[in-house]
Amino acid sequence: MTTSALIMIILTQGTVLAATIYFFRKVLKTPPKPEPDSYKDNDNAPRD
Amino acid sequence: MAKSTEAWGSRVGLILAMAGNAVGLGNFLRFPVQAVQNGGGTFIIPYLVSFLLMGIPLLWVEWAMGRFGGRFGDHSTPFILDNMTKRRFWKYFGVFGIFTNMGVMAYYTYIESWTLTYTLKSLKGDFLGVNLDQLDTYFNNYVDLGSGINFPVWALLAFLITLTINIYILSRGLSAGIEKVAKIAMPLLIGFGAFLAIMSWTTGSTGRCDDCSTFIGLNFLWEPDFSSLANPKIWLAAAGQIFFTLSVGMGTIHCYSSYLSQRDDIALNAMSAGWMNGFVEIVLGSAVVIPIAVGYLGLDWVVDNAGFMMAFKTMPFLFDQWGSIMAVIAGVAWFGLLFFAGITSSLAMGTPWMGFVQDEFGWTKNKSAILLGIAILIMGLPTILFFEKGVFDEYDYWTGTVSLVIFALAEVILFAWVFGMDKGWKEITDGADMRVPRIYRPIIKYVTPLFIGIIFLTSLFKPLNGELSDWSTAFNSFTSGQGWPWANDSIINQIFHINTGVQWMADGALTNMFYIDMSRFFLLACFFGLVAMVKIASNKRKKAA
Repeated sequence: MTTSALIMIILTQGTVLAATIYFFRKVLKTPPKPEPDSYKDNDNAPRD
Repeated sequence: MAKSTEAWGSRVGLILAMAGNAVGLGNFLRFPVQAVQNGGGTFIIPYLVSFLLMGIPLLWVEWAMGRFGGRFGDHSTPFILDNMTKRRFWKYFGVFGIFTNMGVMAYYTYIESWTLTYTLKSLKGDFLGVNLDQLDTYFNNYVDLGSGINFPVWALLAFLITLTINIYILSRGLSAGIEKVAKIAMPLLIGFGAFLAIMSWTTGSTGRCDDCSTFIGLNFLWEPDFSSLANPKIWLAAAGQIFFTLSVGMGTIHCYSSYLSQRDDIALNAMSAGWMNGFVEIVLGSAVVIPIAVGYLGLDWVVDNAGFMMAFKTMPFLFDQWGSIMAVIAGVAWFGLLFFAGITSSLAMGTPWMGFVQDEFGWTKNKSAILLGIAILIMGLPTILFFEKGVFDEYDYWTGTVSLVIFALAEVILFAWVFGMDKGWKEITDGADMRVPRIYRPIIKYVTPLFIGIIFLTSLFKPLNGELSDWSTAFNSFTSGQGWPWANDSIINQIFHINTGVQWMADGALTNMFYIDMSRFFLLACFFGLVAMVKIASNKRKKAA
């Protein structure tokens, strides 16, 4: 592979991978809103 | 109007379903081909710029519109749009948000059924030892090409089975149906994609020809040609790819987010689902088809043959080069991945109809799903029976391309200019779990509509070849009274058949144009059927008020 292609692939894929992980991790780390929220699975959690 | 009891089970489930909606066959088949045809590695620059200036704004706009409509108990675009303005005609623009999905679902489910068949055939080892000619023949026989009117018995059966699977899942509802499937399908899809990408990256040179190396394929895909950045055609191709890959302009995002309450985040959810789609497309999608094909067939072959059909007519042959066990595993991974990408999207396409008829006519989930199945069967049959006549491509052009752009342009104008950016910005940022950059306020108001407007106008009036120089040639030709040299795929030429003239009969037989025009009338009838349903629903609301 040429250097310029290698730079493009590393930069682009690195950026996209980092952004995907960053935003998904932020979703997982953000505490859920107090009930009642939009999601059914946590309906047994204490309500506001 | 009936009150919906539907809800998402969890936030991760919603994001996976939303990402599944966006991730489709195009991530693996359209993106790499577009990149190859539009500047290789440089394509990613206009692609990412389009993502930032058009993709992300549209995602936020659609998520915000959906959640706003959900506050009033509306889960489909006609009445979501209707809530945002006093002008009643906007709800008829919202019909696109149901029509587009049904039109696309009609032919998309057919492709999905091919992937299901090919998964099973790969598992059985039916593609072991086959060559490219045999694969070509097999596919042509499977869809019954060459017989004029196509009647592919097995493909029809597979279509019916695939449609039934979709309808069953839709009848289970959001959390027990769509979300459950997304939670299984998305991790498997990413796992299968990662496996194939690793196989591709580790294959390297195969020695089958001078340039037979997956690295040459990757190089071909990523080598930048910065001079191509000055070509507007590349920018249009990149913007078009962003449109299709994110499933914006369809109405599915509105529908999914309409089940969220005002206090729940949409900004971070949209970013997470959007980037997940980008990961599947840019990291996984670019690593499979083109590099592996170059690895075994060489660069020249790929330049001449790169296209959608490589998925079925080429990939099993390439996997076979890895030995029989790996060929089976890779075949199942590839077609399984495409099936999961397809079904998570087709399920999303079914939800606007489900939301609409349940809200407005009080139909049960089962009744709504069964009637959707019947409608999709009726709409899908012409694409199967008249596949060879161009009906399949015609559906794709009008419902999968033109309608998307029209609806996206209408919705962003409604959101930014009619609803207003003050209220709009509040809708985007309410409950947000991330700081939404303020720069996006002017971007949504000015840049995104301009971006989509340019795409629409250039598609409408596209001159022959569509290069920048062709536009000036076309203007000169027009001003000198010699008429506008229409590109065959410009919307105006498509509507009026300017370049060819209307010809329904030739040598005593019906031409392809006849079938194409009939399919247009049929799609138009479907559109106005939905308009009538919206009108009835609107009258019911007035009476109830």
